[in-house]
Amino acid sequence: MAAAMGEIEDKLAELRQTFRSGITKSVAWRKNQLRALIELLQDNEDKIFKALHQDLGKHPVETYRDEIGLIKKSAKYALSCLDKWMAPKKRRLPLLFFPASGEVVSEPFGVVLICSAWNFPINLALEPLIGAIAAGNTVMLKPSELAVECASFLAETIPLYLDCKAIKVTNGGVDVCEQLLQQKWNKIFFTGSPRVGSIVMSAAAKHLTPVTLELGGKCPAILDTLSSPLDIKVTVKRIIGGKFASCNGQVCIGVDYILVEKKFAATLIELLKTTIKKFYGENPKDSKSISRIINEYHFERLRKLLEDPLVADAIVHGGLLDKENLFIEPTILLDPPLDAEIMTEEIFGPILPIITLNNIQESIEFINSRPKPLVIYAFTKDETFKKQIVSGTSSGSLIFNDTLVQQLCDVLPFGGVGQSGIGRYHGHYSFETFSHEKAIMQRSFFLELEPRYPPWNDFKMKFLRLAYDFDYFNLLLLLLGLKR
Amino acid sequence: MGSEEETKKKNEVFDAEAASLFVKELRGTFASGKTKSYGWRVSQLKSLMKMLNEREPDIVDALRQDLDKPELESSIYEVALLKTSIKSALKELKHWMTPEKAKTSITTFPSSAEIVPEPFGVVLIISPWNYPFLLSLDPVVGAIAAGNALVLKPSEVAPASSSLLAKLVGEYMDLSSIRVVEGAVAETSALLDQKWDKICYTGNSRVARIVMAAAAKHLTPVLLELGGKSPVVFDSGINLKVACRRMIMGKWGCNNGQACISPDHIITTKDYAPKLLESLKNELENFYGKNPLESKDLSRIVNSNHFARLSKLLDDDKVSGKIVHGGERDKNKLRIAPTLLLDVPRDSLIMSEEIFGPLLPILTVDKIEDSFDIINSGTKPLAAYLFTNNKKLKQQFVETVSAGGLVINDTAVHLAVHSLPFGGVQESGMGAYHGKFSFDVFSHKKAVLSRGFIGDVPVRYPPYTKGKLRLLKVLISGSLLGIIRALLGWSKA
Repeated sequence: MAAAMGEIEDKLAELRQTFRSGITKSVAWRKNQLRALIELLQDNEDKIFKALHQDLGKHPVETYRDEIGLIKKSAKYALSCLDKWMAPKKRRLPLLFFPASGEVVSEPFGVVLICSAWNFPINLALEPLIGAIAAGNTVMLKPSELAVECASFLAETIPLYLDCKAIKVTNGGVDVCEQLLQQKWNKIFFTGSPRVGSIVMSAAAKHLTPVTLELGGKCPAILDTLSSPLDIKVTVKRIIGGKFASCNGQVCIGVDYILVEKKFAATLIELLKTTIKKFYGENPKDSKSISRIINEYHFERLRKLLEDPLVADAIVHGGLLDKENLFIEPTILLDPPLDAEIMTEEIFGPILPIITLNNIQESIEFINSRPKPLVIYAFTKDETFKKQIVSGTSSGSLIFNDTLVQQLCDVLPFGGVGQSGIGRYHGHYSFETFSHEKAIMQRSFFLELEPRYPPWNDFKMKFLRLAYDFDYFNLLLLLLGLKR
Repeated sequence: MGSEEETKKKNEVFDAEAASLFVKELRGTFASGKTKSYGWRVSQLKSLMKMLNEREPDIVDALRQDLDKPELESSIYEVALLKTSIKSALKELKHWMTPEKAKTSITTFPSSAEIVPEPFGVVLIISPWNYPFLLSLDPVVGAIAAGNALVLKPSEVAPASSSLLAKLVGEYMDLSSIRVVEGAVAETSALLDQKWDKICYTGNSRVARIVMAAAAKHLTPVLLELGGKSPVVFDSGINLKVACRRMIMGKWGCNNGQACISPDHIITTKDYAPKLLESLKNELENFYGKNPLESKDLSRIVNSNHFARLSKLLDDDKVSGKIVHGGERDKNKLRIAPTLLLDVPRDSLIMSEEIFGPLLPILTVDKIEDSFDIINSGTKPLAAYLFTNNKKLKQQFVETVSAGGLVINDTAVHLAVHSLPFGGVQESGMGAYHGKFSFDVFSHKKAVLSRGFIGDVPVRYPPYTKGKLRLLKVLISGSLLGIIRALLGWSKA
């Protein structure tokens, strides 16, 4: 154990030294590292496919869509925008300070710690890494130990492509995590559960380290009664896409449950069943297109959620559990009790409760009486209802008529609020998350305003009052002796 | 009867239970949506303005009791500065509240996206004693502008100001959403036990750690406005008189050095130090006369604890022989004269903590560039100042010195500029405010993405095939040409 701690301290010392050398601040270094990251992804596609298949049974299409493809896109986007992001932003100053200039310069925090999660082990490690590199920091990356193959892939491959003096990977379990959190970092970026998020922030408080916490929560999908059969079909596909087709529900922005009007529930369930069949065949267990549960612990956790007798009674589709293969079939529940654990905890697995309401308007209150989710999905064509949802609910983000696609938008901030997280990233927001915005004001020695200085008198008081009001006209009158 | 009730109220203990009831009430108001309306925000900002316009004499009075603050300093730095802040919020609020359109890519076509600012909910603002009105109400302006309900906890170290704030807020503001809790450590702890949606704390880095750890329990984001040892670097070849005057204003002219952005110490070259010292002495005399302990234009030290703390810094064996100007103290009146110290050792007490008072050590270096190493070897300050005419040195300063903000050829003035973010980094704080930044720091930026039901591509859905992988590759890359090519089967990927 002591050796491990020493190893972490050594690595950290080197990262600090590298940062101090200033090399990571140069545009050239940042661009080179981003290019190298793209190269890493291009060269190692097959290895990544394999690692994710081993860890989660993820199909290559899913791996490409949610991990490799996304990260390559983000890295390219960062490369194309970097010069713009790094340019100091000029600010206008009040005339009072003339001649003067103001600007805001983005500077790296220093040495940052990135702790990533196991469900998208490549994406959630490398997406923040792109931001940290773009902003000019040195980085310690701690991949989740639960995605074993991906963690070792990252530890083996990153040093081959990226500057190993500035970007290091440390693998290990809870003990290593604790040791890392004891150290002083200049920024911590954490993806995971609210429980651990709180521990991370407490540890950060000791060193006044700013944190970005990407957490989860129960993301609802509001489903308004749609009239066009075509719209309903698309909606159901998108909901299944946002639930089972992304790591089989083990995703922080996945649909956790559906809110729908009673009268619409039967149609919805029928359609969900047929679509699941279309996607995964008669026997989803044999489908190669669906991920398995990460490990036995989580399998058991999910099994327990379903074991509650009142919950078991609510199963209207699926419910098959195969412990040997850690597989859980896409499962639909109709109106499980709201106080059952399945409706109080984030599900993070292939179980989809449908909660029926008399009127879809009630969904707003339903959501507001629970912790703020990372995302709210809403399928509706009713513009008034849309407006009500936008202003009447609070969530990290809000998506109308689709699921998961927000990750593709570099221009949108990604992050939670309340229980679902602190801070945001993606695109320019990643750069900001890893930068300190330094305000700079420059003045010259000309034009000295005498009334700034003591000893104070009434004239100076009048002068300064007008000055802080930026009332230049009366200021002039005062100076000319025309104003009392 | 009325007075009896008042005493009863005062005797009630503000414990965790009371605090939780308090927060519940505010949560109820916030849930009603009242504070979110543009109308409410404007009405509250206007009330605040009215309060400042009508009660400036009371504020000046309270500050005289707590700090013996000169009237001009109170009127300008506490009242006028706040009014400017409210005015700009009132003028810009509509614009700030407007959702920001975001361009979406072809990959999610057809879609539209915007970023909608929404209030966090119920926020806690804990303010310090040195600028009890400005540093209480400036964050309040941001919290109101962003549409939050709030509790303000002013510092008990400035009791007259604290009780005036409680009284004025009661008279002028909407009590269903804006409240003041007075008190010391016990009350603050009771407040910190509650779940807030945002906490803004202005003060020192020791308490900031406690605040952040308390916030961590509820995953509450924090804005921490702290201090640090803000240095001033004096290069040679400058207009020394102007530089010294500006420096004095930032130090003694700001609450007699008891300000978070006050210059803490000077770094200059050995050769230049005597000239600088001469000029500083002259200007100090011009400003505050031959007997500064009697000057009406200087604040006093806030209380005997701080007086003792500052005395200890001066009585340190390593330092007491280094006083080259001032050093006079009056314990009964809690006054300390502007004091200059030359070449104090770097390991002395005065150089290892934030001074926060009228003492100014001058460190000397061989080459002016060495001063940046000294700054970077310590913790990051809230502000760093440089007086120079040398372009290269300016550039080097901007590139190598990390601080909340940098000012070249003046001190402390950046506080009054609303187009610049005001806040520290690491030991000097977390997050920034002022102007639009105040609105932003009290708002959650919600991404809202809207899609239509058309434009669905089957490649997104299982069962997965090789062909889907191919199409997906070009789709994610967002290249229109690539997509067409792949759809036509021409892609070689």
